[in-house]
Amino acid sequence: MIRLYDYELSGNCYKLRLLMSFLGVEYESELVDFYPGNRHKSEAFRKINPLGQLPVIDDDGLVLRDAQAILVYLASKYDGSGKWYPRDNPDLLGQVSQWLAFADAITATASAARLHDALFYTHIDVGACRAGAHRLFRILDEHLFFAEEAGQDWICPGDHPTIADIACFPYIILSEEGGISRMDYPAIRRWCDRFKRIPGFTVMSGVFPAGPAADEDSKLAS
Amino acid sequence: MSRFTCKDPVVLDLWHAIASADEAVDGAISTTVLLEDPVAFTRSETGDPVVWTYPARTEPELPADPADHLPVLERYGYVWTSFGTPPPDLFPIPEYGEKDRRNIHAATFGVNVSAPRAIENFLDMGHFPYVHTDILGAEPHTEVREYEVEISEERDEIVATNCKFFQPMAAAASSGGTDVDYIYRVPHPYCSVLYKSSPLDESRFDVIAVFVQPVDQEHVRAHMMLTLLDETSEDTAIRLFQQTIFGQDKPILENQYPKRLPLDPRAETPIRADKSAIAYRRWLTKKGITYGVIPAAA
Repeated sequence: MIRLYDYELSGNCYKLRLLMSFLGVEYESELVDFYPGNRHKSEAFRKINPLGQLPVIDDDGLVLRDAQAILVYLASKYDGSGKWYPRDNPDLLGQVSQWLAFADAITATASAARLHDALFYTHIDVGACRAGAHRLFRILDEHLFFAEEAGQDWICPGDHPTIADIACFPYIILSEEGGISRMDYPAIRRWCDRFKRIPGFTVMSGVFPAGPAADEDSKLAS
Repeated sequence: MSRFTCKDPVVLDLWHAIASADEAVDGAISTTVLLEDPVAFTRSETGDPVVWTYPARTEPELPADPADHLPVLERYGYVWTSFGTPPPDLFPIPEYGEKDRRNIHAATFGVNVSAPRAIENFLDMGHFPYVHTDILGAEPHTEVREYEVEISEERDEIVATNCKFFQPMAAAASSGGTDVDYIYRVPHPYCSVLYKSSPLDESRFDVIAVFVQPVDQEHVRAHMMLTLLDETSEDTAIRLFQQTIFGQDKPILENQYPKRLPLDPRAETPIRADKSAIAYRRWLTKKGITYGVIPAAA
């Protein structure tokens, strides 16, 4: 069985829990005392990941680090539909990769601000992180707005979410814990609600499920 | 006039937890913020924690003159200090000293809320099914049954007893849903101690304490201490269980408005389940606390 080196409050670990839940893949969590124990920096853990970071998976001896890399691996291996990571569609694949890199930038800003506020990563320039996160959110909000105008629900074109959505979701939905409001990003907020209604969605601490979607009959006649 | 930023004499005279005891290390100086003032701490060669204030934006250095050190206590796994004239000792938690218990520092989390809001949330059972779904509560078991609240004059603390709540997974050691008995104590304006029936021994209680360090009026560091009857779960599992719970509370706390706790009884509309919160607000008013609250109009 897949072993996930996991920490509940980590958004990067949450990305993998989400994908495995969407795919119905079984795994076991090996809980790492990330805080306050700092066990991910321990010598023992550095043998598993020399970078001293979570998450890591061990799938039958294949040890992988980096949330985005693991999303690519898990979707490629376990998603028979090929929709979460569309390997046969170069155009789409390029866009997925572009937004995976964008998700890393969200981690470097929004997640860093959250670590500053909640876990006392006081060396972080929280003002710069918040400003950086707002710059990214503005870009994503505009992108999602135009996607919606074109009848698209997800970050990349098509009728199905991709791992790009999964990679971007956690540190956006947790952004307020770093003092980054989503008030000014209505398209992001709508996308978050759609994301929460993907079958198999699970929460983590700090994330709440969406209310039931309005059914078609109750929507205002337009 | 006090040399401290905070001018609330009641709060200045309190003991405040500022760090877990293992953060105070001989040969290293750590820093934090208490009541808006920078505070440094270390551990002396004799093994005692030493705490002092230092000017903002400077490198703290241990003052040679002990007269420049702040009062200090090491209790329940934390370093405590005070900016005023604190009582000789802290409130008692006798269970902490029981030999068959495990005392665990679960975490210290920064929360963007006032200390009294954090304490009040800790006292509230009504949110369990909605915020801690399938752990500390689950629909349809949402009723907060009648419980007793008294203010113990002798010990100057609030005690809520006979609290019962259905919990699907009350602790890391739980194996299924059960009705859990709770007792809450508020022995300090910014600290609360909760007793809940142990999944392993019905006649005894697990103890969970939250010691809230006011960084300023709207930001805190919440220190969480557990003293449990659990021989099997690993420290990591116990610690992370508690962090999961607190991580669920955090966005709720941070979205409360106003961030300071309003003490005017007309400011927010309580329901029966808020009996302990009403007592807490009255108790703070009676003490004359002004820090982290919106005092009732005179």
